Amino acid sequence: MSTAQAVGDLVSQPYKYGFVTDIETEKIAKGLSEDVVRLISSKKQEPAFLLEFRLRAYRQWLQMQEPDWATLGYPPIDYQDIIYYAAPKQQDKKASLDEVDPKLLETFDKLGIPLSEQKRLSNVAVDAVFDSVSIATTYKEKLAEHGVIFCSISEAVKEHPELIQRYLGTVVPINDNYFAALNSAVFSDGSFVFIPKGVECPMELSTYFRINSGDTGQFERTLIVAEEGASVSYLEGCTAPMFDTNQLHAAVVELVTLDDASIKYSTVQNWYAGDENGVGGIYNFVTKRGQCRGDRSKISWTQVETGSAITWKYPSCVLQGAESVGEFYSVALTNHRQQADTGTKMIHVGPRTRSTIVSKGISAGRSANSYRGLVQIGPKAVGAKNYSQCDSMLIGDQAAANTYPYIRSQQPQAAVEHEASTCRISEDQLFYLQSRGIGFEEAVSMMVSGFCRDVFNQLPMEFAAEADKLLALKLEGSVG
Amino acid sequence: MIRPDAPVLLEIKDLHARVEDKAILKGVNLTVRAGEIHAVMGRNGSGKSTLSKVLAGHPAYTVTAGAVSYRGQDLLALDPELRARIGVFLGFQYPVEIPGVSNLEFLRVATNARRAEQGGEELDTFAFEDLVRERLNVVQMDPAFLDRSVNEGFSGGEKKRNEILQMALLEPLVAILDETDSGLDIDALRIVAGGVNQLANADNATVLITHYQRLLDAITPDYVHVMAAGRILRTGGKELALELEERGYDWVDQELAAQAPVPLEVA
Ligand SMILES: Nc1ncnc2c1ncn2[C@@H]1O[C@H](COP(=O)(O)OP(=O)(O)O)[C@@H](O)[C@H]1O
Ligand SMILES: [Mg+2]
Repeated sequence: MSTAQAVGDLVSQPYKYGFVTDIETEKIAKGLSEDVVRLISSKKQEPAFLLEFRLRAYRQWLQMQEPDWATLGYPPIDYQDIIYYAAPKQQDKKASLDEVDPKLLETFDKLGIPLSEQKRLSNVAVDAVFDSVSIATTYKEKLAEHGVIFCSISEAVKEHPELIQRYLGTVVPINDNYFAALNSAVFSDGSFVFIPKGVECPMELSTYFRINSGDTGQFERTLIVAEEGASVSYLEGCTAPMFDTNQLHAAVVELVTLDDASIKYSTVQNWYAGDENGVGGIYNFVTKRGQCRGDRSKISWTQVETGSAITWKYPSCVLQGAESVGEFYSVALTNHRQQADTGTKMIHVGPRTRSTIVSKGISAGRSANSYRGLVQIGPKAVGAKNYSQCDSMLIGDQAAANTYPYIRSQQPQAAVEHEASTCRISEDQLFYLQSRGIGFEEAVSMMVSGFCRDVFNQLPMEFAAEADKLLALKLEGSVG
Repeated sequence: MIRPDAPVLLEIKDLHARVEDKAILKGVNLTVRAGEIHAVMGRNGSGKSTLSKVLAGHPAYTVTAGAVSYRGQDLLALDPELRARIGVFLGFQYPVEIPGVSNLEFLRVATNARRAEQGGEELDTFAFEDLVRERLNVVQMDPAFLDRSVNEGFSGGEKKRNEILQMALLEPLVAILDETDSGLDIDALRIVAGGVNQLANADNATVLITHYQRLLDAITPDYVHVMAAGRILRTGGKELALELEERGYDWVDQELAAQAPVPLEVA
């Protein structure tokens, strides 16, 4: 067998989270209309301001066009053929985990995210979201002692409406783009984090998103606010069952940092990617943006993207505060017929703002992996600096990698530096490792994780090993 | 050291191999016993590197006939990593660079794979650092090379030293060193040759592939083989190398021409 073929087999490991939980679900009828938006809002017993927000977004969305500038090809999405609300049947969110449907707990157990008191991770608080609803959040009380709010966004709407009203939609306006408008109209659940002034969040926070239904869209909404001097590290993980249909996932994440605050936001995305012929898988259209409002504040995005049939995602930073810092570290692995068009936008507004972009794309099979990034330096961004590095690794000879770096500078003195490279895992490199007793699979995964090291080093310690394992898992398999 | 009663480590019989559609090895025979040092010489393109890669299991080369046994086992049936684990080592003529993979971690994983095969216990990072620091002495290598990516940005000589360091860690029974002397200055050659001499003992064997007498001045071979057109044309003692040094390879061509014509290659 040729090396290319063997590597191909290796990256074609069956997806391990493809099971469906058999649970009674409450779903509304397919389709989208103003009535559906009202229905979602009433099911969630929302205050008037939020219904208003949703309706404005819906009306804007009706006026908008689906974007087509990305290097992606997919059949038209029928927005009337999607269910916009699905929730496992249980009464209200349970006060105690003991009352949560054991099937749900079991599901998260199987996914490696135990929620029960005895088994849960010791230094990570988890918000577990199943289809459209958050089913449990661990360590809430402990966090509350520090003044940290960590709960589902639906709960936050009820318990902290003033914070939601103050921040929701202020980073990603409802008409920002087609998918953000859709999300703003129909968003289901997601996480809310608030770190008050001067508080360093005492533990890692994490949200785990699980898609279970085959015909339901996923529209999460996440909002994280760090007040003056506060800091937090947050991680999201995602999986979905294997269906031969595509599920639409259109999330919005908004981050806000005030003076001297910092947010580190990490994603390990492992949605179902479709089969080797490109049948099934998640369409992932996500808007993530952070606003460094305060001076010397910092927002750092780290993402490991391995799933999804289609990824359209550009986590961005708006660097308003003087000397604020934006970072983007990304690994995107595509295989088979997966398509990823991902990157970032660094918008330098304030003086002496700095940003760093490190992107690693790995393409195998017949997949296409594009980096698309914008570095914009505004007229007031005196002394702004950016460093970008975009590396692509090709596995086999049918995969494609593209890099589209855009630089717009209105500051002649700004320092903008861009480096790019493309490499291919060569037969001779693999043979060299093998000839030292290292198995083929381990050799491939050593090379891939070596390629990704700069990004993995940015993940919170607890998850760096996880990410390495996830890539190894994607690369694991019999060599035939 | 030649001992007729020493166990046979490697036995190559009538080995034929091709790359793509080109026949390169055309009937190699070679027997290597424990304690011996063999030198394989020959012009560029005679098939020396091909022989070494076939022995190590490179996927680009296809064996079309013949057999290789290593300590009685069919070597050709094994995947490359297994060959390495049971004690066959190839020092590459052109060691590749592997960006992003830490040299130290690579050496540790390789050493542990070999140890596991021998029933030894796995060395953790601390235990391994002790071992590797000791073995660095064999090739007088700067520990700073451990923190770099495998061979990345190493000079030719540094790459070769890194090869011998790997050999020192893996403790192979049969080490095939492909032009380990090329690209080395006199000092580096002395160091590398010293390392090879230090690692050679009565239980293992070394096959040195080289062009030059100067390596054989530093490492005394028990046998010298001359390779031409994919076969071993002549075998002798160390004096054969001196003869080559004096007379060059022209007589090899004459000898080849005098022989029965080699069957036409498949186009
Ligand atoms: N991978 C390969 N593809 C094509 N031809 C090769 C390959 N490897 C070796 N050859 C050819 O085989 C012959 C022997 O090469 P090699 O074994 O490298 O010789 P040596 O090491 O004795 O100089 C040469 O003609 C060389 O061009
Ligand atoms: Mg050679």
